[in-house]
Amino acid sequence: MPTAYSSRENATAEHRCSRGVSVAIKSVSIAFGGRTVLENFDIEISAGEFVAIVGRSGCGKSTLLRSVVGLETPQSGTIIVGNVGDGIAKNNGKPDVRVMFQDSRLLPWRRILPNVMLGLGPALIPQAQKVLAQVGLAERASDWPATLSGGQRQRVALARALVHDPNLLLLDEPLGSLDALTRIEMQQLIEDIWRSRGFTAMLVTHDVAEAIALADRVTLIEGGCVALDEVVNIPRPRTRGSARFAALEERILGRVLQRRPMVEE
Amino acid sequence: MIQPQQNPAAKTQLRLSVLAKQALPWAVPSLLLIVWQWASSAGILPSRFLPSPSAVMRSFVELSASGELWMHVRVSTLRALSGFVVGGGMGLLLGLLTASMHWAEILLDTTIQMVRNIPPLALIPLVILWFGIDESAKLFLVSLGVFFPVYINTFHGIRSVDRGLLEMGRTYGLSGWPLYREIILPGALPSILVGVRFSLGLMWVILIVAETMSARSGIGYMTMNAREFMQTDVMVVGILLYAILGKLADLLAKGLERYWLRWNPAYRIAR
Repeated sequence: MPTAYSSRENATAEHRCSRGVSVAIKSVSIAFGGRTVLENFDIEISAGEFVAIVGRSGCGKSTLLRSVVGLETPQSGTIIVGNVGDGIAKNNGKPDVRVMFQDSRLLPWRRILPNVMLGLGPALIPQAQKVLAQVGLAERASDWPATLSGGQRQRVALARALVHDPNLLLLDEPLGSLDALTRIEMQQLIEDIWRSRGFTAMLVTHDVAEAIALADRVTLIEGGCVALDEVVNIPRPRTRGSARFAALEERILGRVLQRRPMVEE
Repeated sequence: MIQPQQNPAAKTQLRLSVLAKQALPWAVPSLLLIVWQWASSAGILPSRFLPSPSAVMRSFVELSASGELWMHVRVSTLRALSGFVVGGGMGLLLGLLTASMHWAEILLDTTIQMVRNIPPLALIPLVILWFGIDESAKLFLVSLGVFFPVYINTFHGIRSVDRGLLEMGRTYGLSGWPLYREIILPGALPSILVGVRFSLGLMWVILIVAETMSARSGIGYMTMNAREFMQTDVMVVGILLYAILGKLADLLAKGLERYWLRWNPAYRIAR
């Protein structure tokens, strides 16, 4: 049987340097029209950690993410983002939280660079151009979003979040609608940027392999609670073909599908 | 023997077919004109019934040379546009208000929907009583007529702005005017422009009726005046002018769509 871990020190030690913030979600309950989505939900994420939240459709994983950024209001419980000593002096001590949605949500009537600059003054144009170059789209700055492919649009959405130099980046199935190859490319990009910047990341996905490839810890939500909390102790960069990877994927997937662990077949 | 090259022949054929495509829409109007002119010259169509195209042309040249025509066109255009600006502007503002503020919708929308069902032209007797037959009467009628298409389409446009984009905007700290400028107004613009285009057509229709009923200048006045003297050629000039001005207004609206909605592949100019 899989074991639930509570210690996270070893997983995140290498990213301590940076601007990530901790997230503490305590006994949060959310219901929509009488249907409980999350019930007394608890999760703690340490600064700089990359946590993947997996689960079946409708298990409340997106709702959890949306409540962290204030798009949903829990009926009860507390969500605290950032702690004293997390290094968020900038921004009046308020942590910067950004979301990447499943659809890119670019403004179709703004060209790429203005999309990346949304909500920012012209003083940050060089910064925006730098980030756009970082996601490999520097030469598309003056194009319309309609002329970009799905993967490119998600990269612009990522750039738009990164310009703000977030303390916490919430990824709500951002790669769900991309083809398999673009997905792997994007996963690498997200991992690289996360490693170099060290923000805290919460990734909601239903792709267990994606969760294992990216996260320090994989959390499974089931019936509104944490059903599994698994530290991924595979050194980065991770290769999908490796035996440890496959074993972990099999175990988590088995738990998601409510299968007994397979002994032989 | 050298094989003759296929290319130039094919090119000529292609050019011909492009030419044919451009000329084809004008074939039916040209044919009608020819038949009309022939019928007039042959005496089948009496000129007191309908003047010949050449007579209409002659009268157009005369009227424009004397400057009378342009005076009327200027007066009518000014009336139409000022009515459009007043009525359309109010439609835009009220549409923005009722679509954005729930209390404003509750307070005003029912009233507006009721008034909308009254044809503006049905008010002409009352309007003449209130304003007489001077400029304010026409301004009132045109404004009232163009108000509703702009209002309804603005309301609908704002209500149908992508929720996902609004949510995204809020996570980027947009609210108030920046949210309007970046997301709500551009999102509602395609719908608002449909209302504008509709209004521009309605603007001329209402003005024509208003001018024929009561005016001392303008194209409608010119046409009605010509009727008293049985100048059918001048009447036809007036009617054709409305067609041209209506088409110009529509071209203007199309141009605005192409410019403002150039981000949208559906509105992008081909090639």
